[in-house]
Amino acid sequence: MDGMQPLENWLNVCDLEDIPVRGARRFETSLGEIAVFRTKDQSVYAIDNRCPHKNGPLSEGIVHDTGVTCPLHGWIIDLQSGEARGADSGCVKTYPVKLAEGRVLVKTVL
Amino acid sequence: MSKAKERLVVIGNGMAPGRVLETIFEQDPGKFDVIIFNAEPRVNYNRIMLSPVLSGEQSYDEIIIHGDDWYADHGVTLHKGHKVVEIDRAAKTVTSEPGETVSYDKLLIATGSNPFIIPLPGHDLPGVLAYRDLDDVNNMLNMASARGRAVVIGGGLLGLEAAAGLLAQGMQVTVLHLMPTLMERQLDPAAGYLLEKELCSRGIDIRTEANTKEIVGEGKVEGVRLEDGTDIACDMVVMAVGIRPNTSLAEQSGLQIGRGITVDACMRTSDPDIFSVGECVEFDGHCYGLVAPLYEQARICGNVLCGADDAAYVHSETSTKLKVTGVDLFSAGDFADGDEREEIVFRDASRGIYKRLILEGDQLVGAVLYGDTADGAWFFSKIKDGEAIETEARDTLIFGPSFAGGTPLDPMEAVAALPDEAEICGCNGVSKGKILSAIDADGLTDLDGVRVCTKASSSCGTCTGLVESLLAFKLGDAFEKNAVKTMCGCTDLGHSDVRRLIVSQKLKSIPAVMQELGWKTSCGCAKCRPALNYYLLAAWPGEYKDDNQSRFINERVHANIQKDGTYSVVPRAWGGMTSADELRALADVIDKFQIPTVKYTGGQRIDMLGVKKEDLPGVWGDLNKAGMVSGHAYGKSLRTVKTCVGSEWCRFGTQDSTGLGIKLEKMMWGSWTPHKVKLAVSGCPRNCAEATCKDIGVVCVDSGYEIHIGGAAGMEVRGTDILCKVETEAEALEYCAAVLQLYRDQGHYLERIYKWLARVGLDKIHAQIVEDDNNRQDLYERFLFAQKFSQTDPWAERATGGVDAHEFKTLVPAE
Repeated sequence: MDGMQPLENWLNVCDLEDIPVRGARRFETSLGEIAVFRTKDQSVYAIDNRCPHKNGPLSEGIVHDTGVTCPLHGWIIDLQSGEARGADSGCVKTYPVKLAEGRVLVKTVL
Repeated sequence: MSKAKERLVVIGNGMAPGRVLETIFEQDPGKFDVIIFNAEPRVNYNRIMLSPVLSGEQSYDEIIIHGDDWYADHGVTLHKGHKVVEIDRAAKTVTSEPGETVSYDKLLIATGSNPFIIPLPGHDLPGVLAYRDLDDVNNMLNMASARGRAVVIGGGLLGLEAAAGLLAQGMQVTVLHLMPTLMERQLDPAAGYLLEKELCSRGIDIRTEANTKEIVGEGKVEGVRLEDGTDIACDMVVMAVGIRPNTSLAEQSGLQIGRGITVDACMRTSDPDIFSVGECVEFDGHCYGLVAPLYEQARICGNVLCGADDAAYVHSETSTKLKVTGVDLFSAGDFADGDEREEIVFRDASRGIYKRLILEGDQLVGAVLYGDTADGAWFFSKIKDGEAIETEARDTLIFGPSFAGGTPLDPMEAVAALPDEAEICGCNGVSKGKILSAIDADGLTDLDGVRVCTKASSSCGTCTGLVESLLAFKLGDAFEKNAVKTMCGCTDLGHSDVRRLIVSQKLKSIPAVMQELGWKTSCGCAKCRPALNYYLLAAWPGEYKDDNQSRFINERVHANIQKDGTYSVVPRAWGGMTSADELRALADVIDKFQIPTVKYTGGQRIDMLGVKKEDLPGVWGDLNKAGMVSGHAYGKSLRTVKTCVGSEWCRFGTQDSTGLGIKLEKMMWGSWTPHKVKLAVSGCPRNCAEATCKDIGVVCVDSGYEIHIGGAAGMEVRGTDILCKVETEAEALEYCAAVLQLYRDQGHYLERIYKWLARVGLDKIHAQIVEDDNNRQDLYERFLFAQKFSQTDPWAERATGGVDAHEFKTLVPAE
């Protein structure tokens, strides 16, 4: 990772430690709220914080393997692909994430 | 005028006399007035299943054969803990140690057997135990909790099962066996050696040809010294070297005795009015320890007592089908070597299978199977029939019926190929035909149905697979194999199994449960994680660290999430009461945080909806200042205790229902439970607080308090069942807490109390709470102990204590 100078449109969101393991935090952007997840194996994912089903706040859901169960109606969203698992069909936007010196960087503008 | 009832007195309450009574009640229920004296202070339980209780895989009440209600239903008087000390055959009376004397017309002696204690020096030291009944198992469990080493003297079936159980309880175990190989009476040397290797691989120290000289220790067991001088330090010695028929009482009363109480083919002793069954009996020079012959003798004894004159027991060669520490064993006939004998041996070392058939000429005379015993019954029928084995059948003989025709049959066809009279369940002598006709006659669809109607696979359980194949063969896909509802897709285990294994294997974290119980997913799912978090919390109060990330959002942030991501806040209103100060504080909070919706709830409380997540700590802080705490309206926990005003105001009030409601809520708030719990206290039978559709309800009456349980008023509407009536308020509190704790112990996650009640049965709950004072007090104390760790207000912890601050703040990215 080449030093800490601001990268084009990579948002320096938070410390990795700010996100509980198997949990999530959320932040506002002009495009709406984004949720960042930290799974058991310490990898981090960023997706729109609106469930494709009925806009439930995915950041509040239970995180297991690389999925999160929406707190409102139980849809399971895959954090890597943003796709709904099982019989449900729907998709949520995902954002690239990088870790640099313990900081979580999210590329919000593609 | 109906014939006066004859009086049948039974000494002993084990499995054999139990089967005699079952036979009598099936044939002629009204014939006898039955009185049982049991030296043990309990009902009839399945002794074959003591090992799973020792290892923790099963609990005592799962191995009960006749519960208290069975005795009540059949009008049987059971004196528990009454050892009989005298039989006066002249006066035809029996007297027990506590001084109870009753007369009999017919007497059944079933005193069982005593464990043989080798009279070694030190054999009477505290810490030297036998392994015969539940008291032995409880003693072993108490001592095993201190870990340490156990020495088991005796490498037979009981000794090995005791060793495996103690190992599962975390002890180091050494087995001392006199003979060169284990279980030499049931297995040949090769199978005995394989069993020894298997047990060693599990960490049990096996010493064969080990002769114990002395048990050493000052005031308690400290070690064992062998003949060859070696010393083994240990904290417990289990003597499992064999049993002796218990004939002392019979001998004292002048009955004819051999090694056991000698009986004729009708199970009659030398006194025409006295019968005997079970391990205390000797017939034709044989004593019996296996269930199959004992049940057969019991059946005959029952028939004779009911007047049958043609019933007679014939000694028959029995096969031994055992499951020792998870290894399937089978032996039948005479498997000793002999020069005019030939043998066919099959060995598959990697799969741990060994089979040996012994032939004399063209007849099969003996068989030993280790690891795979499915074909045992088939070999045994050939031994019994003395069938000639043609030469070409010899080379596939070892492979059993499946290959008899040369081509492999799948299990279902193998079962189909069995003749109707083929024995499926050895313990209860149940044939294939009997099971198939029961499935038709009683419309059975699952294993439990077959167990109840035919008793097949209800004793030792090793024929369960065969019974399931039969169900599948008969019902096709109408029969789904594992009727047990699994917790979720991550495991094949049901809720009860997981709860029991958490306790018995002492699992103290969710990763430990998933690792030890073989979860199929890396970290569970939204169904099992919250359940496991609760089960661990309930099993280890004050010890288990709550895993917040395994809680559903509402319980994690202590507020109900709404469809727009905002939350609702419901403060506790003790017994549904409020005050001017509280109302003013509520109004101020609603204004200050512009909370859009304020509503009265069904639980006599005020609900404020539309609170933004970031505002929650602020709202709670202000509510705390006015003395209000979390109402847990979001939790699988105590929700409300609704009350009517009762004797404080109402002209019909019989007791202070509001006062009791507040005390109940103060005692129970904060308690985590398998599902939400709602209570209510009504001041009189008009029941204005609707106590009879609550999980737990109290209806006050002049003479005290009716305790109601199992009501529902949501998706399903169900009236409560009355558990009991108590006189004082203190008793009402104790009984309600005991019910809640029993539910906390036994409930499946997300199973409301009325569903738990339907599953376990009101009589079982009544037995454990109303009939058993010690158990109730124990439940009450355990509940209060658990509450010590769960009655801190979660709102205050977050409003001022800073707990989980990250939940209430969104991230602000750095520029």
